[in-house]
Amino acid sequence: MSRFKDKGSKSVPAISTASLPDIIFMLLFFFMVTTVMRETDLKVKITLPEATEVTKLEDKALVDYVYIGPPTSQALGTEPLIQLNDQYAKLEELDAWVKAGNERRDEVLQQKITRSLKVDKETNMKIVTDVKQELRKSNALKINYSTGRGR
Amino acid sequence: MLKKRKKEGPGEINAGSMADIAFLLLIFFLVTTTMDTDSGIMRLLPPVVVEDVKMDVNKRDVYEVLINDADMLLVEGTMMDIKELRAGAKEFMTNPSNNIDLPEKRRMTSAECQQKIAEYRSGVASTSDPKLKDDYQKLMEKWEDRLSAVRLLGEYNELPPNAVISLQTGSKTSYDMYVKVQNELEAGIRELRDELCKEKFGRKFTELDDKVDDDKAIIKAIRLVFPQRISEAEPVDVTKNNPA
Repeated sequence: MSRFKDKGSKSVPAISTASLPDIIFMLLFFFMVTTVMRETDLKVKITLPEATEVTKLEDKALVDYVYIGPPTSQALGTEPLIQLNDQYAKLEELDAWVKAGNERRDEVLQQKITRSLKVDKETNMKIVTDVKQELRKSNALKINYSTGRGR
Repeated sequence: MLKKRKKEGPGEINAGSMADIAFLLLIFFLVTTTMDTDSGIMRLLPPVVVEDVKMDVNKRDVYEVLINDADMLLVEGTMMDIKELRAGAKEFMTNPSNNIDLPEKRRMTSAECQQKIAEYRSGVASTSDPKLKDDYQKLMEKWEDRLSAVRLLGEYNELPPNAVISLQTGSKTSYDMYVKVQNELEAGIRELRDELCKEKFGRKFTELDDKVDDDKAIIKAIRLVFPQRISEAEPVDVTKNNPA
């Protein structure tokens, strides 16, 4: 009995840190949920152009990316290359890539897939136009010119 | 005393390090998180035309924007600075002075809409050909959309259905310039929509929420008045005409 009394008589008890892990966990879960891990390693250098009239891409699950820009490794020269998923691709491979992207999704959603073109701003239009034509041929009509939010 | 301790079992695990573990994870996710939302200019490509359909397009209905290999602009046959492009696009869309080189606008009145709807409705009722019926049905729906736009916005001038801003680039045009031009054209249309919406409803077009039914109707009506028609059509090599 005397022991209890001793404890009670102490002036200010230390603040309990028992809830600290809970608070941290809460933060942790927030970041875990909001995190989107970059699933592809960029093999091309891209500086996006800037624009003001931009719309947000809402459903990230329904976006496929085409990267176009000069290769990061010097050995491959400076001509812009196309990167699909994790590797360089030729123009002819776009069709297969579009089909693969379609097959991954539900049939109902296939028409809603946006192909986002992340293109380096120094790139010539030729390669962009060629990619656009390929996309048209494979009936991937919804595209998005990825830009930064400028000015 | 001894007996009592045994009853307590292995004792509680010290949870003091829990916070540290959580911190570690937290910092990992903090570092890997990219908060940037992807944004860009949305475009719909035209589907590939199987047969060569020659559309009869009046020259005044096309706003021709060419960008050459040196990133210079040629708009409707004259050189133009990119700063003027927005105003140019707006003039094309509205044709305020009824210029004969710009598209001829058609005044939409509720009387005309109603008359056309009645016309096509009787057309649907009288024909037995399913294809024709379908066509009539579609036309009727178009006029119904126009009627609801007139009800919302009052009488308005509609662009001809094949009026289009045609954008063509050279093969060495920089993507940066292309995006800039796209942006200016888009901005021109957005400003027109904003102005109209502000005048009629006191709000900007971009502030409307397409999840609200009332706003949805307004969006539809305003899109009818100022359609976004920037053509991503068949690439034409602009350099071919004047070999360097």
